[in-house]
Order: sequence, then structure tokens, then C-alpha cells
Amino acid sequence: MVKEIERTGLTVVHCCSIIPISKTVGANRIVPTIAIPYPFGDPDLGPEEEKKLRKDLVKKALKALATSVEQQTIF
Amino acid sequence: MAMVIGSFQVENIEFGQETALRDKNLIVNKEALHNFLTMKDDRIQSLDITLAKPEESTRIICVKDVIEPWCKVSGNNPGEGVKHVLKNVAIVTCGKIVGFQEGIIDMSGSGALYTPFSKTLNVVLEIEVVPSLTPHQHEEVVRLSGFAAAQFLGAAVRTSESDVVETFDTPDASSVSPDLPKVAYVYMLLSQGLLHDTYVFGQNAQKGLPRPISPLALLDGAITSGNCVSACDKNTTWHHQNNLLLQELYQRHGKELNFVGVVLTDEPVRLEAKQASAEKTIELVKSLGADGAVISKEGFGNPDADQMMLIRGLEESGIKTVSITDEYAGADGSSQSLADVTPEADAVISVGNANERVILPPLKRLTGPIKDLTHLAGAYPQSLHDDGSLEIELQGIIGSTNELGSHTLSAREV
Amino acid sequence: MSATYRVLHCLNQFFAGIGGEEKASTAPCLFEGPKGPGNLLQGLFPDMEVAATIAFGDNYVAENTDRAVREILEILAPFFEPLKTEKPVMLIAGPAFNAGRYGLACGAICKAVAARYEIQVVTSMFPQNPAVNEYRKDVYITKAGEDVMSMQESMRNLGSLGMKLLSGEMILPAKDDYIPRGLRKNYFHSQPGATRAIDMLLKKLKGEPFATEYSMPTFDRVKPAPAIKNMGKAKLALVTSGGIVPNGNPDRIAAANAQRFGTYSIEGVSAFTPQSHQTAHGGYDPTFANANPNRVLPLDAVRELEAEGAIGILHDFYYATVGNATSVASAGKFGESIARKLIREGVQAVILTST
Repeated sequence: MVKEIERTGLTVVHCCSIIPISKTVGANRIVPTIAIPYPFGDPDLGPEEEKKLRKDLVKKALKALATSVEQQTIF
Repeated sequence: MAMVIGSFQVENIEFGQETALRDKNLIVNKEALHNFLTMKDDRIQSLDITLAKPEESTRIICVKDVIEPWCKVSGNNPGEGVKHVLKNVAIVTCGKIVGFQEGIIDMSGSGALYTPFSKTLNVVLEIEVVPSLTPHQHEEVVRLSGFAAAQFLGAAVRTSESDVVETFDTPDASSVSPDLPKVAYVYMLLSQGLLHDTYVFGQNAQKGLPRPISPLALLDGAITSGNCVSACDKNTTWHHQNNLLLQELYQRHGKELNFVGVVLTDEPVRLEAKQASAEKTIELVKSLGADGAVISKEGFGNPDADQMMLIRGLEESGIKTVSITDEYAGADGSSQSLADVTPEADAVISVGNANERVILPPLKRLTGPIKDLTHLAGAYPQSLHDDGSLEIELQGIIGSTNELGSHTLSAREV
Repeated sequence: MSATYRVLHCLNQFFAGIGGEEKASTAPCLFEGPKGPGNLLQGLFPDMEVAATIAFGDNYVAENTDRAVREILEILAPFFEPLKTEKPVMLIAGPAFNAGRYGLACGAICKAVAARYEIQVVTSMFPQNPAVNEYRKDVYITKAGEDVMSMQESMRNLGSLGMKLLSGEMILPAKDDYIPRGLRKNYFHSQPGATRAIDMLLKKLKGEPFATEYSMPTFDRVKPAPAIKNMGKAKLALVTSGGIVPNGNPDRIAAANAQRFGTYSIEGVSAFTPQSHQTAHGGYDPTFANANPNRVLPLDAVRELEAEGAIGILHDFYYATVGNATSVASAGKFGESIARKLIREGVQAVILTST
């Protein structure tokens, strides 16, 4: 999916926990996330902390979108 | 203009009083051949002549070139007249390692499967030159001695009646159905100096290529080898003399295809020269009006780039290609096979992975400069086992991955 | 009579009978003898005896691959002690069908066990399983069907390749139904290269099918799109393969091998809630996502960053599908179709989240 979106020229960041799959499917901007059932969260954290974690990950994704890359890059 | 080739099928070879072919038995006067060669070139210090026949327990080491004996009976120009050839016989020249890429020939055992010269009756010349010669001079002595020996044997059938007579004309396009596809042959020659050379009409192919060449001249032996590329994919003079691709094109001309001509091209050392050669070759193929082209090769590594440029350029010009190459995929076959690739190369004939290792059984008789054995490309210091068996990459065996497509070896993905 | 070959079998928590997605975090453990599909293996191949079964949670191995593999190697160590008689001769993993995490685990474990204990290994997956590309060069992978419906046939392929490897028979990808490992191996063809070359050229010229003898290595990579110069002015869209859909899954996107994607409005929505949205994904434990769908698609955080000016504007719709066992071909089509919509809507940047 990510590759086909990028093929049209849209800038896309792939946020996922299993990096090898992301690399195989051909994502160029990759942000590693926490875990499969909760990529943007952690049930062990309090609500505030968890929200902060999520926001940080989104910030990282925005940064990846704003960063120029030549090849597959893990942020 | 026509080229007539008279072949003599030889079934046995032995030393004897007079060099002659009698009842398919080639008798060689060893002393006469020895004297002929040493008198012809005073740079030969010592010369040992032996015979090696199929199924013998013999390993020939440090082979430089292999030549089919011939005799030009009539005709003043290349590609015309009558030529006699001794089929099934080969002159094998050996000498000390100069280029590190000399090879071996096993006459029996598993190694015999990989080289065509385990099936020929071989006259082996082990040549030592006088000291103080440069490597180039060394190779020149060996090369010219090989040709001289081939002509010495060929002269034995100058006036004899051959078993098979074939007449070849320049392929005639006018009498061929216009529906047949027009096919050209792009014949790549290694031409890199430093002992990596090929000769066209006796001249070093570093100059004057690319150029079209008459198929008749090729059948007349216009191309000879002076090459130290890996044994496996060096096109020996014998391979040029018996170019199977050329024979296929001739046989199918007028039936399945329209053979429109041959372009010889080089494999130079500099990128700009490679590009210029590719461009000129493509122009020449276009001028032949070809719909398709088959591309043979010599060597590996940087010649891959030449071949890929030709494929890309020809395909972009609308000329469909098939190319022949060997592979260097590592001993286990897991590496990328070629030094250069292009997506247009969608029709490739693989003549085998030259890195694959084989264990050759110990053989009783070793001829050639034995001490150099483990220095050959394809061998390594531990190659020679205690029991005399030899573990070696196929690249050390003469003709094992021939890129004129002479043999049946191939590689596939498993 | 004792069986000829002692093998180890490797299964995820589901096939080992430990439990479903809720047990996906189970650490590796060892059982004596066969479990589930291991019984089928023994039944089909009486010369194989499953000495033990290693079971693991999909997520446990997928998320901590290095650690999990280390633990499995330790668990297996007693089988390979120097004085041990009747050491296992092969590790068989799966079939993993089209399950990405299960496939990755099988691949990683096979590779590590082969390297450490020098025994033969073989696994089985659906050819489009993402783990195939990752491990096909290291491990023999026989072809499996997409899902458990093909268990019988998939296990038969797996076991018969295993038997051939054990008995040293010659194998070929097409004949033995396994994924080519990319290893080049010599053989003697019936025809010389020159004859093959002219045959191939004539076919190519006539437009007939032909098979090249060496395929050019292909890298289907897309050129990275340029960086967004000013995120504070850009229009951003959210896309997920994590299956976040409005409650009730109105488009009925399948839990596995989805055939469609959904387009859902988030105009004026500041965050997903358990009441408004849920996951339709059948490949992971849904508890956490259902409790807070922002954990899969972080709408709440994106809205805050939009308010803070870090994002120009968030597109009014998001796009969702389920990436569980969905074929690469369908996923590609979804991507193309979503991209067309996004371009029409003037979107410049995309965050795609996956589970």
C-alpha cells in the first residue's frame, strides 16, 4: 500500500512495529512503533504518559515527512 | 566467393616415422615436429611433445590455447578457397604461468565432463622459453608455436581426399523468404592488452573494432586467441574455429531465420571507449537491418558492462537480443552473478556458474608445469589434497563455461 | 519399530493449542512429542518422528525476534549436547500460511537453528507471505495455501521436501513446490548454449513465451518522494491497515484478507473513543485497540499537533483496511486507489499506520 501511495508522488511515512515487513514492502520513510496490538500506545503507562508517547511518535512521523531521504530510512 | 571445408575424421593418434593420416590414424613424427618448431623460433629453450587421449588418466596443466590443425589448400584471401581440417585432433599449448589464468584439461574422471578437450586427441606442447623474455614475448612464442604445430599437422592432409566436404557461401538474403526474421551476430572479443588479447587476421583486435566481418572469413579461421582470461570463459582458438553459434546461424539460414551478418566488437578497458564501441556496434547492427541479434562474450567482470550496454542500446533501437554469459555467483551460488545488469536483458543464456567447485580425482599422469598448479585462477593453496585429488572452481577448467555457447553446461535457481 | 528420522516441530501459540490472539505474547516453550499439525506430519510421513514441539506466541517472536530466537536456541540446547544419542536431524516449522508474524517467526527460528546446530531446516508459507522475501535465501520454504483450509496439502508439501532433504535427493523448486532460494546451481542441459540462444531469439522475435536462464535481479523500489518543506502548511491524511473502523464496521471489512478499504469522515472529531470506533483486524489482540482506537490510529495526538500548528490541516477523511493476510496485490490496489483520492483532495503528506 505504502509503495503505491508513494509511487504517485505523495510523501508518506510508514509507522509500524515490524520493520522487516515495512522494508520488504518497500517503504522509504519508516518510523518504528511500540507493539503490534498498540503501535501508538502502551497499556502499562498512565493515560497522560501514554498520550505523550503517542504524540512523540506522531512528531517523529512528521519529522520523517519533512526529511529528505535517498533510500529506505528508519527514523 | 565460397569457402570449401574438407574435414578428416581422425580416430587415433600415435607417434611414428612419418607424419601422415592413415586409415583415420594420425601418425606424428615427434622429432620432425620438434625440429620444425624449434628451428622456426629460436626463443624456445626446451620443448616437450606428448600425446593425451580421451579416457587416459592424464591431467594437462597450465594450458594456454587449443588449436585445431588445418591446412589452407587453395585461395589467396581469407574466406575463399579450400581448407582442410583434422577433426577430433587438437594442439594444446602449455607453459609456465604468465597470466595466472591458464587452465587445466582432465582426460578422464569428473573433470573431463566440463571440457571439450577431454574428447579430442591432443598433441601437447610444453614450451619453455629462453630467459629474459618479457611476458608478452613469452606468450607470443607459445601462441605462434601452437599455430605452427597446427599447420605442421594440417599439412599432412594437404593433398588427401577428405571425408566430408562442405561448401559455404555468403548468406544470401535475396533468396530468403521476407517473412523470416533478420538475425545478426554480435561477436565480442576480449581486447585489453596485458595478455588479454585476441587477433583478427593476425592483427591485435585492440585496433580496428567494431567492424563487420564476413562469416566466411570466420569459417576460415580469421580469429585466433592470445588470451589469459580465466580458462573457463576464454575463447580458445579452437572455439573460434568451431564457433557453434555461427554454425547454428548458417544451418537455420533460409529455414527459420535470415542471417544478415556478423559484427565483431571489442571489450576495451576505459568506460568512454566501451560506450563508443557499443554505439558503433549498434549502428553497424542497425545498418544490417536486423530484427534480432545474438551476443556472445568472452571473459567476465568488466565485459559484463560491455554486454549490458549492447543489450540496452540494441533493445532501445528495437532490435531484440539474446545474450550468452557465464555467472560468478560464488561457490554456493548465492551471490549476484554478474558485475553489471540491465532490465532490458530479459533473454539470457547462462552457460554455468564458474565459481562452483568440483573435486577432481587424482590422475596418474600430469603434464605441463606441475609446480604451478595451485597458482591457477580457480585453484587455491589448499586445492591439492594429500591423495592427489584437486578441488577447484570450474573457472580453472579450459572451456567449462564457454560464452560462444559451445557446451551444454547451464545454471538454474534452486 | 522406531522411526527413521527424529525431527523438531515449531508452531505458534494457536496451532500448538495454547490459545488465540490473546496468547500471542506467550514466551517460547517446549512440549514433548507432536502437537496439532505435528500429528498430521507423522501420519503423512511415518518415517518422521516429532521428538518435540517448540511453541511460541506470534507477537512475542515478531516483537522481540533476537531475544526470542536466543531463548529458543537455549531451550533446544539439551537436544544437541555432545553425548546425546539420537539427536534431531531436522527442524520443521509451520506451515505459517499467509500469517506475516508467524512466517517471520518461522523464518527467524529456522535460520538461527540451522546456523547454531547445523541441522537441516524447512518451513512452509503462502508465497506472498512477507516473510518469504526476508528468509527465502536462508531457508527452504515450501509453498502453502493462504490459510488453514489448505493444511493437509501444505503439510504434505512441507514433509515431502523434508524427506527429500534428509535422504539427500535432488530437489528443484518447480518439481518440489518450494520457493527458489536464489542459489545458482550448475547442471547439464540437453542442448548446447548456442542452440538454446538461437531458439530463444526466434521465440522472442515471434512474440512467443520464453524463459530466460538468468533473471536480472529486480528491486521494485519506489523513488522516495521529496520531503515536505513546511509541515505547518501541509495537508495531511491518515491511512491505516490496522482496521480502525466506525463501530459496527459498516463496510464489513473482513478480519482477514480484506477485499476493500473504507473511507470515513473525521470532520470535527478530536479523538476516537471506544464508543465511536473499533478494530476490524483479526490478526492481533483487539482488546487494546478497542479500549482506545487512538493506539492504532493516533487521531487525538494528530489533532493536538494540528491545533499547535505543527500540521497545516488534517484531511477530513481517513482510510482504513485490514492488513491481516491481505494479498500484496490487493494491498497495492487499495494504495493506488487511496492515493488517487488523496491527490484529488489536495493532500501532500500521509501517515500510514500498521499493526
